Amino acid sequence: MDEFLGREHGHHPPLLTPGYKSTVMRAPRYPLLSLPTPPGMQVGPVFGSSDIDLLDHDLIRNHATTGDPIGERIILHGRVLDEYGRPVPRTLIEIWQANAGGRYRHATDNYVAALDPNFGGGGRTITDAQGRYAFRTIKPGAYPYPNHTNSWRPAHVHFSLFGTGFAQRLITQMYFEGDPLMATDDIFNTIPDPVARAMLVASLDRAAAIPLDSLAYRFDIVLRGRRQTFFEEGHDAS
Amino acid sequence: MLRETPSQTAGPYLHIALLPAQAGVSYRPVGANALASSPLGFQAAAPAAPILIEGRVLDGAGAPCRDMLIELWQADGTGHYGGAFRGWARTGTDFTTGHFQFETIRPGAVMGAPHIAFWLAARGLNMGLHTRMYFPDDPANDTDPVLSRVDPARRGTLLARAEGDRFVFDIRLQGEMETVFFDV
Repeated sequence: MDEFLGREHGHHPPLLTPGYKSTVMRAPRYPLLSLPTPPGMQVGPVFGSSDIDLLDHDLIRNHATTGDPIGERIILHGRVLDEYGRPVPRTLIEIWQANAGGRYRHATDNYVAALDPNFGGGGRTITDAQGRYAFRTIKPGAYPYPNHTNSWRPAHVHFSLFGTGFAQRLITQMYFEGDPLMATDDIFNTIPDPVARAMLVASLDRAAAIPLDSLAYRFDIVLRGRRQTFFEEGHDAS
Repeated sequence: MLRETPSQTAGPYLHIALLPAQAGVSYRPVGANALASSPLGFQAAAPAAPILIEGRVLDGAGAPCRDMLIELWQADGTGHYGGAFRGWARTGTDFTTGHFQFETIRPGAVMGAPHIAFWLAARGLNMGLHTRMYFPDDPANDTDPVLSRVDPARRGTLLARAEGDRFVFDIRLQGEMETVFFDV
């Protein structure tokens, strides 16, 4: 195992972004202490198919009791790659999202939009040997949240990834191509660089749609790459 | 070269997938491992005496964060990662009290003093935060290569407190005793 490439912090949101008010009391004020990736962070927990249930990737079915959930049926799919473009196989992906009306099934969400009795909103899967993954779900709705007086979140899906080393651990959000609420979203715009923001926008993928059934969106995810060492003492050249 | 996908806050509802029991969500099991019936966590029995770690995560006003995801990652009792002992677990701070608790084992030494890596994610954190917990009574702390990189005035923020049979590890996001967080 090798160290990971250093994180490009300018490509990520700064920890303190006062436009997203919750960061003000929570963002650490000292700079992070940078270290070469310690050995224990070059490795990470390993998950396998025994950790996953057959329906965990299918949010249309994994909470349904009386019928299908309300909303636009979609496939969310893509690949997990590292910064060198290599697939990241057999890695756990977990997602969570609001229902079609923008309401989360969560003890602390009291938004007026109705819960959907047939939609839970959580899912998980493990990438295949080529780093591919796919979920089936419904398109989440936009919703208001208490930031400024009229703050609305664009439709989005939360993604959590592990990679192969704990230093790659990442939580992010995926947005939908063409959503006009992205332009004014204080959370999407915590990322200063528009090129970086664009990496979070899934593209409509007509080729992966299922005719007469579901549209599809493609979202590829890039995790940190391992540093490639060309000259290192003590290695046998053979 | 590709660039890493940028981070975004986990928001307040991460429990729906990551800690479904705490969110109050259950999923329909088909096999044996549906989200509700198999919270991810330790698979194997702990090979050494269990220890209890508890604490809180405090914001800049000193208020407990009651929506925090906390994951730990550690070596087994002999200082190895990823064997029969999974070494990884997650929990959430309590919605009412803000306390978190882990039952785990004391790790062996890995190139330095025994320690447990912690990773935090929540509303208001634009990126997950890495820190580590050391044990207060371990002589190896004095020569640990990571602790020695930390300003001596701040090293104490990485040491748990022994209280009876428990270790208490409070994490301060801001303020005079702000915990040291790492870019690894």
